Amino acid sequence: MFLQGYLPSIMEGTILTLQVAVSALLVSVVLGLIGAMFKMSPSKPLAWLAEVYSTVVRGVPDLVWMLLLFFGVQMLINELFSQMGWEAPEINSFFAGVMTIGFIFGAYMTETFRGAIMAVPKGQMEAGLAYGMSPLRVFLRITFPQMVRFALPSFSNNWLVLVKSTALVSVIGLNDVMYRADTAKSITQEPFTVYAVVGCIFLAITSVSDFALKRLEKRYSTGVRETEL
Amino acid sequence: MIDLNLIIERFPAFLGGTDGAPILSTSDGLQLTLELLGLSLAFGLLLAVPMALMRVSRNKWVARPVWLYTYVFRGTPLLVQLFIIYYGLSQFDWVRDSWAWEYLREAYVCAILAFTLNTAAYTTEILAGQIRNTHYGEIEAAKAMGMGKWLMMRRIVIPSALRRALPAYSNEVVMMMQSTSIAGLVTLADLTGVARRVFSDTYMPFEPFLTVAGIYLVMTFALVWLFKKAEQRWLAYLAPRKH
Repeated sequence: MFLQGYLPSIMEGTILTLQVAVSALLVSVVLGLIGAMFKMSPSKPLAWLAEVYSTVVRGVPDLVWMLLLFFGVQMLINELFSQMGWEAPEINSFFAGVMTIGFIFGAYMTETFRGAIMAVPKGQMEAGLAYGMSPLRVFLRITFPQMVRFALPSFSNNWLVLVKSTALVSVIGLNDVMYRADTAKSITQEPFTVYAVVGCIFLAITSVSDFALKRLEKRYSTGVRETEL
Repeated sequence: MIDLNLIIERFPAFLGGTDGAPILSTSDGLQLTLELLGLSLAFGLLLAVPMALMRVSRNKWVARPVWLYTYVFRGTPLLVQLFIIYYGLSQFDWVRDSWAWEYLREAYVCAILAFTLNTAAYTTEILAGQIRNTHYGEIEAAKAMGMGKWLMMRRIVIPSALRRALPAYSNEVVMMMQSTSIAGLVTLADLTGVARRVFSDTYMPFEPFLTVAGIYLVMTFALVWLFKKAEQRWLAYLAPRKH
């Protein structure tokens, strides 16, 4: 039998990996939008905070962030609870993985969204405000639909890097595809086959994403004339 | 709350040069990280130049294999590539019986091999993109001077593409520097590996991980600064004119 019947277990791990990746993407988009708004806000401290966030996070490896946040935050919780005289809860590793990856890629998304918002002519937003729309409505109706086109290429790239980074979450104890592969590898004694299968799974995820995002890019570029040399 | 003494006491171990170095390497800690980075970038670039030329070839039997190579290596996580080489190769008897097994069973060699193949794939795409972007005037001028295909490649196309690739390549180098942190997952004591050992010794997370985070941050800044200098030197002719 192929991989001694370990394939279903690896597929289950894949589903968990995808869940982590998609949830982390949502967190990173929210953080990225907040970061981009802070970065462009007239308030100096907010702009500075966003600048530090995007610079420091992008300057340190994902793995170090995962170890630091996962073990560090657990330690803080332990100390806090022991001072209160309560029993400390264990952090859920799914939650920790999603938050950590979301936090890291929020920094990349900050740069993506800042660039995209700046690419939309300022007069568009000013016109919206002049019509009496609230800033939120201006963002949702005017800025957002137009910035998508500029954000998509870099957004796609961030997503592809994010998916590949998700392979690291087994380090903080998640039962993901890499963790399942590790078990399968020890039992079947076929490490090459196991990791080749895992590689194919990731390749399938990145290929499908790439295809879908390219179509989306085309859709959002409707009516934009391309220059041809 | 943070134990500064621990950081000071262990700092030499982070920098490397203690006696925990892996076989074939001379060092551990930061020095091992730099060694892994330097060697894989050098080998990767050497592989990438000919592969980029193949990638832009009009002969699809030459271009397609390189396309497949970069597609596979850029579409899968580096960690999986590292594990395939480090754990996977032992599955085959012919690998274990060959002369190369002496080296391939070393985590150090596997890490350099995986990092090299990975960075070569990204660098190939960066270079191929810049070769395609070569201004037609440069090529017409080279042809008008009577240069043959290879002379033109060697003297005009490759140097010009390498220069223009600098900004994208600097991103790749920073990414690669950060990627070397996974070397610890195959038993190596690189910067992150040392931090994990200190953590498992002391069970104090902040001291080791914040220290190495600081070191990585400094390295990122240093690399960005270095490439900025390099761009000022080799891309000066593309900079916007200053009045």
